[in-house]
Amino acid sequence: MAEERRFLSASGVPIALRRRQHSASCRELAVRGPRLQLRSLSAATSAVWLAAYGLFALSENSMVLSAAIFITLIGLIIYLHFVKIDQESLLVIGSLGIQVTSSYASGKESTTFIEMGQVKDVVINEAIHMQKVIYYLCILLQDPEDPQGVSEVVPLFQSSKPRLDCLIEVYKSCQEILEQRKTAPQSS
Amino acid sequence: MVLKVFFPSCCSSADSGILIGRWISEQNSAVILAVVHFPFIPVQVKQYLGEVQRVTKVSVSVLGSWNNSKQEKEESLSEFLEDLGTIFCHEPWIQISKEGDSKFWSCSTLQKHSKNPQEEEIILVYYDQRKVMLSHLHPPLDTAGQRAEDASKLSAIFDTVARSQVLFMMDRYDEGPIKLTHWQSDGVEASIIVELLKQASVPACMLLTFLLSLVSGICRSRVLKFWPLSFLWSKLSTCEQLGHRLQHLQVISSNKKAQNQNQLMRKANIFVSLLIDVALGILLMSWLYRKNRIGHLAETLIPVADHVAEELQDLLQWLMGAPAGLKMNRALDQVLGRFFLYHIHLWISYIHLLSPFIEMILWYVGLSACLGLTMALCILSDIIALLTFHIYCFYVYGARLYCLKIYGLSSLWRLFRGKKWNVLRQRVDSCSYDLDQLFIGTLLFTILLFLLPTTALYYLVFTLLRLLVVIVQGLIHLLVDLIDSLPLYSLILRLCRSYRLAAGVKFRVLEQQDGKPLRLLMQINPLSYGSVVQTYRLPTYSCYPRDSWASLCKKLFLGELIYPWKHKGDKQN
Repeated sequence: MAEERRFLSASGVPIALRRRQHSASCRELAVRGPRLQLRSLSAATSAVWLAAYGLFALSENSMVLSAAIFITLIGLIIYLHFVKIDQESLLVIGSLGIQVTSSYASGKESTTFIEMGQVKDVVINEAIHMQKVIYYLCILLQDPEDPQGVSEVVPLFQSSKPRLDCLIEVYKSCQEILEQRKTAPQSS
Repeated sequence: MVLKVFFPSCCSSADSGILIGRWISEQNSAVILAVVHFPFIPVQVKQYLGEVQRVTKVSVSVLGSWNNSKQEKEESLSEFLEDLGTIFCHEPWIQISKEGDSKFWSCSTLQKHSKNPQEEEIILVYYDQRKVMLSHLHPPLDTAGQRAEDASKLSAIFDTVARSQVLFMMDRYDEGPIKLTHWQSDGVEASIIVELLKQASVPACMLLTFLLSLVSGICRSRVLKFWPLSFLWSKLSTCEQLGHRLQHLQVISSNKKAQNQNQLMRKANIFVSLLIDVALGILLMSWLYRKNRIGHLAETLIPVADHVAEELQDLLQWLMGAPAGLKMNRALDQVLGRFFLYHIHLWISYIHLLSPFIEMILWYVGLSACLGLTMALCILSDIIALLTFHIYCFYVYGARLYCLKIYGLSSLWRLFRGKKWNVLRQRVDSCSYDLDQLFIGTLLFTILLFLLPTTALYYLVFTLLRLLVVIVQGLIHLLVDLIDSLPLYSLILRLCRSYRLAAGVKFRVLEQQDGKPLRLLMQINPLSYGSVVQTYRLPTYSCYPRDSWASLCKKLFLGELIYPWKHKGDKQN
């Protein structure tokens, strides 16, 4: 059962939230950002090559042109593989844990799995980012020594930065599953 | 409560039978290790499981039944399997059944003494048994011992599979009362090369230990401990590197088997690092000895040393004149300049004396590159130190002179103001001086003050030269450290068999069908390259800066001799 809704990110870029319910205790929430536009790619490439051609005209050294091609290729590969995040998803499996995945434009996926025993709560926090105050969703990790304390805060959806309306949807879905572990009989 | 069943993907096509594994009651999860096929005698199964439990210390028991009906649904078989639940009493009794080639299995539990009779949800997690067995879970760095009781659920699962290796030795094709299916059923894996290497390693280790004991016996003999030689050995970085490598060889050739994962990885890393080092050294040697490059090197060495000496002479002539427009004290200037010029003259004659032997010395010294690239780099660093020895001497002279001057000035400045340094109380006290003491003190103070710029300039110039040499040597040592401490075996393992080094797991949701349990695939999330290097770095006798920037500047200002790199074995003075 999947549904998709459109929202805006903190910087005004359109993003899409997709919710899938796999079972009563398993939900997947994915936020997809805009894909790489051909326009911006061509603009960047043309700018680099114009600059290289200008340097070539000044210095008469053909190495400049091959260096420019090399730099463009390497830069593009690095951007697609390490910088551009296409989709960030959250998989909440009640009684197992929460899995956070970021998929890059080159297909690489980086995953972190946090066990349910370590998760204290999922909350919406405020942060000062540059000149704005933005809302972000984060997972609070339990401190093993202090039952009331929080050992670490793991922020989610850092690259797509959805606005509060989208975050509230995600928050509600997560809390429905997290509440199940409170109602279930406590294991020793 | 949700019931989690960890099912090995290799058993998906196994024939019907009963499931054996470990039940972790705190997490309400069942880790299934193998399937026992019909026919079997329940008493023998219980006996076998008891033996396995004794050997592996893992509480293996019969968890449920597995029904793989390839044709139609067999009613009698399912009833029979339910009855088995009474023979092997286990709470809860898990029943998994698969119809034909369907991906969606039905899973149910039988609870006799259930407190809450409602249907509990079941999650089916598939895992790759061989990969989980071989993998090593790396906990995050800050936890270590704290979370031992609160041990993560995943480490319990990895632990269970890893320790049950004895269970995987018997197969359903073996003759015996118990017929099991597990990851080995697809074909027992072994490698001839690995077995041969294991057999050959024992005599090789013994030979290496014998050779090493000989070498270390020679090194520790009394002959080499006399004062000039022992001082020389401690100053040459080649000897330190040699000692370090000998230590490494001792670690590899020891007869004891590695106790745990860390020791095994350490041995393997040292071995691969040594191998690569020697290979690179031999490559360097073959490049050096081709086309008479050593001869060329020797021929250029003397002119380079001459050139350096001439540049120094020009520098001193410049200092003796009016350097940068500053006016020096003529007499002191001439004295210091001539003193240093004479030293350079001695040095040039010494180099010319050595010149016929340089090529031969270089040729033999170059042979030691076969011991490793690190050795060649250390020798290079030592050669640089020897060739710039005169710069070091000049630095020491200049620094001592400047230091004396500064101390004299500070003490006379106190006299100028009528104070004295109280050695007993380690503080400045007032003191009444006689008139003649004051007179001479002020005179000396003035003389020292006006001679300060000359000395300071010489000190500055030679300190800069010395720092330059130190930086070059430091860079070479940094490179040697890098080659020494890089865990190459771990990096290659992370590249080729990434499941061996696990940072955690990741789950993938497989196709679902309504009414059937949730299906997940558990895969191993490998450690990142940065964490691999950080966890498995080899310890070195590394040289790192002894002083912070502030104390370095203070020492430079006061004229104290600086030795910026501290080695691990040095005592703190």
